[in-house]
Amino acid sequence: MADLLIELFSEEIPARMQARASDDLKRMITTALKDAGLSFDGAYAYATPRRLALHVTGVPTTTPDVSEERRGPRADAPEKAIEGFLRGAGVAREDLVEREDKKGTFLYAVIEKRGQAAADVIAQALTDTVRNFPWAKSQRWGTGTLRWVRPLHSILCLFDGSVVDMEIDGIKAGDSTRGHRFMAPEEFSVTGFTDYKQKLLDHKIILDAGRRETLIRDTAQTLASAAGLELVEDAGLIAEVAGLVEWPVPMIGSFSADFLDVPEEVLILTMKKDQKYLVTRDPSTGRLANRFIFTANIEPSDDGSAVTGGNERVIAARLSDAQFFYEQDLKGKLEDNLPALKDIVFHKELGTVAERVERISRLAQAFAKNTETASEKEAARAAGLCKADLVSSMVYEFPEVQGVMGRYYAKAQGESDAVADAIRDHYAPLGPNDACPSAPVSVAVALAEKLDTLVGFFGIDQKPTGSKDPYALRRAALGVIRLITENKIRLSLKQVIGRADFLYMIDALQDVDLSIYDHLRGDAEASMPDQDGKIKIVDAYFEEVAEFDVSKDAGFKRYQKRSQGRNELVKGLLSFFGDRLKVQQRDKGVRHDLIDAVFAKGDDDLVRILNRVSALSAFLETEDGANLLAGYKRAANILKIEEKKDGTSYDKPVDIGRLAAIEAETLSGALAKAKEAAENALISEDFEGAMAALSSLRAPIDAFFDQVKVNDDDPEVRANQLALLSEIRTAVNTVADFGLIEG
Amino acid sequence: MTQSSATPEAAKPAAMPFQKMILTLQSYWADQGCAILQPYDLEMGAGTFHPATTLRALGPDHWKAAYVQPCRRPTDGRYGENPNRLQHYYQFQVILKPSPANMQELYLGSLKAIGIDAALHDIRFVEDDWESPTLGAWGLGWEVWCDGMEVSQYTYFQQVGGFDCKPVSGELTYGLERLAMFVQGVDNVYDLDFNGAGISYGDVYLENEKQQSAYNFEHADTEKLFEDFRKAQDECAKLLEAKLPLPAYEQCIKSSHTFNLLDARGVISVTERQAYIGRVRDLAKGCCKAIYEKNGWEA
Repeated sequence: MADLLIELFSEEIPARMQARASDDLKRMITTALKDAGLSFDGAYAYATPRRLALHVTGVPTTTPDVSEERRGPRADAPEKAIEGFLRGAGVAREDLVEREDKKGTFLYAVIEKRGQAAADVIAQALTDTVRNFPWAKSQRWGTGTLRWVRPLHSILCLFDGSVVDMEIDGIKAGDSTRGHRFMAPEEFSVTGFTDYKQKLLDHKIILDAGRRETLIRDTAQTLASAAGLELVEDAGLIAEVAGLVEWPVPMIGSFSADFLDVPEEVLILTMKKDQKYLVTRDPSTGRLANRFIFTANIEPSDDGSAVTGGNERVIAARLSDAQFFYEQDLKGKLEDNLPALKDIVFHKELGTVAERVERISRLAQAFAKNTETASEKEAARAAGLCKADLVSSMVYEFPEVQGVMGRYYAKAQGESDAVADAIRDHYAPLGPNDACPSAPVSVAVALAEKLDTLVGFFGIDQKPTGSKDPYALRRAALGVIRLITENKIRLSLKQVIGRADFLYMIDALQDVDLSIYDHLRGDAEASMPDQDGKIKIVDAYFEEVAEFDVSKDAGFKRYQKRSQGRNELVKGLLSFFGDRLKVQQRDKGVRHDLIDAVFAKGDDDLVRILNRVSALSAFLETEDGANLLAGYKRAANILKIEEKKDGTSYDKPVDIGRLAAIEAETLSGALAKAKEAAENALISEDFEGAMAALSSLRAPIDAFFDQVKVNDDDPEVRANQLALLSEIRTAVNTVADFGLIEG
Repeated sequence: MTQSSATPEAAKPAAMPFQKMILTLQSYWADQGCAILQPYDLEMGAGTFHPATTLRALGPDHWKAAYVQPCRRPTDGRYGENPNRLQHYYQFQVILKPSPANMQELYLGSLKAIGIDAALHDIRFVEDDWESPTLGAWGLGWEVWCDGMEVSQYTYFQQVGGFDCKPVSGELTYGLERLAMFVQGVDNVYDLDFNGAGISYGDVYLENEKQQSAYNFEHADTEKLFEDFRKAQDECAKLLEAKLPLPAYEQCIKSSHTFNLLDARGVISVTERQAYIGRVRDLAKGCCKAIYEKNGWEA
């Protein structure tokens, strides 16, 4: 058994790619070893900015001998055929053995293959790995054709204490590498992994990224505490920094306390994203402190003041830029930015951001009115200003603080907390784990923003396909679902989709005639559900102005396209919401088939749908529920078979008087009662009650199947009994489409 | 930490004036076998536009050059009021084709030559891939940090004008003002020591920044600029038909700068922007293609 050590030494590998790359190296080499029949005890991968390394322990020095049998022609086959087989298998006539099976006697060649030197396998595996490495982005350099993430300089490959003989594009594997770029740049050779790791350390390289991270975290904490401050934990940033240094030397620097007037989100973003600095807080106030921790890659030859001074100058320049932008923005009001939104195109087929804001504002107002918890005035105000910060200097420089800055500027100009918070939170939730707004005004604006997006893009056939979702529509739909269900908002999705769609239709008409445009837009929130009515008004209007040639008007065409596609849009979006709901609920352990079963009933109130799903789920876990489902499936299966056979539907009234068996009569009575009880329970949204009504059916259904032969010899009795089965199906389906439930 | 025998002040050599830094870089790269060129006599947004980089990166011929190039970024003008932003500044540009194996060492040697001691300062290569939508060009590389400040851009060209670079050129771009501010320890660009004999950067350029900012943002005649853009485009197309890619490329540079001015005047909307960039890129690609054809190179 022997150890394998590989190091691929290159110019600086992007920090974000290192962990993945070391995993890929390990996976590709160990897979090749396994494929060649080589076992191993363990495999450990490492990455630093300039190297990927792999250590595999306990590898045999040769692959196992294998004996392979090849079946040839029949023993009595013509000589020519046998000769051909001998040539192919590379064996002599006397080496063949005869074996008999059912089909006769056949010749077999037994080929003994000696094991191969593991070093040869490794050489091939490493060559293939380097040539086919799955870098997200790779490059060529110099005059070569080899691709690597950055120029590859040397390969170290030691197996069982010897250099593995291999060469890729002029890079010959050896036993040497280099130390720290500045502190110990000399080349040195190693004998094995332990020697490698120790010599790297002597040459100022910490091989293990985990150790570099720990060192950065611990030192940063010590530095912060020594300054009486608290380090803001940031595991992601520490991991990134550990990928930028081979010899981490954390140091503390400061900036002028004057900059602390700038919103801390901006300060943190500048330090973290642009400079990779860790930030600190004053533990007594919780406020951001004017000290930061940066990690150098060297132990400087002075006391560190040159490096610290340099970093402090950089951050001061950046923060003074941010401060300038902030002060500049504060000189104006958010409203001042609104005209500029007319110049920003939201999407070329969906108009400008200004138009979008107008629609969001009307939708948000309607939601506020509908839920009765938010002030309509505040919802309209917040929605009207929600995109205003997009054209502020600060957001132009730091797009990540959109919304956040809007809130600061809103507060500065005296808007209410509800309005300011809604401006910040209207983008939320940005995913399954992001905080979901619960303040009524924020919820109204956030819902409006997402519905406008979804309805807009679905209306121009820009739906997500496969992995492509350039407008983040899946995230928007999940946002809508979370906002509605987590805040238990009762609304009809069809209605709100229709309303959002109508606003787009009216926008399409705005170039055509402004008077009708404003009038209809006002109407859009006055009578929320009746889209059809309004569309009639619009169509009638265009009929009246006969001299207007609508066929040549682009706006009218857009209107028409939406108007004609509106049923498709509602259908498409509802099914999209259904799919997203299933994905979201799956993570909470809710079965997708139960959602399908409830969704199939055509409900579009998400809160009610989930309540029904949860009652259904609980019911199916009871013995009554499981048996009822089995009875339902049995009835449905029989019906399916018989209806197909007879080419007719048995969905017709049962002639109660002619039910022969007593069990059939009992079942018929029970069905009528259960159906009525279930329907009444559903009306009052008493889903447990509806399930209880169904459970009363279990005994009569079981008894019916036990005692009655459905396919009676008398055709009339049979038809009547099949109609009874059809009634089971109808009664049970009142609550959910049981046909879609698995199991 | 290592003991330092001298105090930091005493250890610090007299910082290099701006012009001395340029002279030092020129002589350093001349010693590496580069042809030292002079700035191209057209306005451009980056040193990469210089034909000595863009066009020489095409095709199989080896090439080494270094030069200073004034860059014009109209939208970055701040009327001389911002200590870090200029609408006119200098880049020092190096192109090595093919990129040599010791290119990083050569680059670090140039920093040493202008007085940056790698034992005292934290020099880092931080991922930053380069792409020029107007040139149809891209490459992989880094921004080079010195104590957290970006002092250079380092790129291995992979494509120019849509053509694969074979061999690959290595490109270095030094932001000279920034680098000088770092070396001199100065916080305001206008305070830079220009010549070591009493002239500051502000003495040379402050008034220019004020007037040029006013021109870029307020006075540039947009109708004339739109006309210029159109004319340069037409001229470029004509020259390409006449199989004269070098003068055609100059028209491409001109239209790119005209577009930048129009952008600064705020008369190009977000949607139109992409279309304008696309038109410049088409010209650049056309020039590169014409050069391939003229030289009979295989793409």
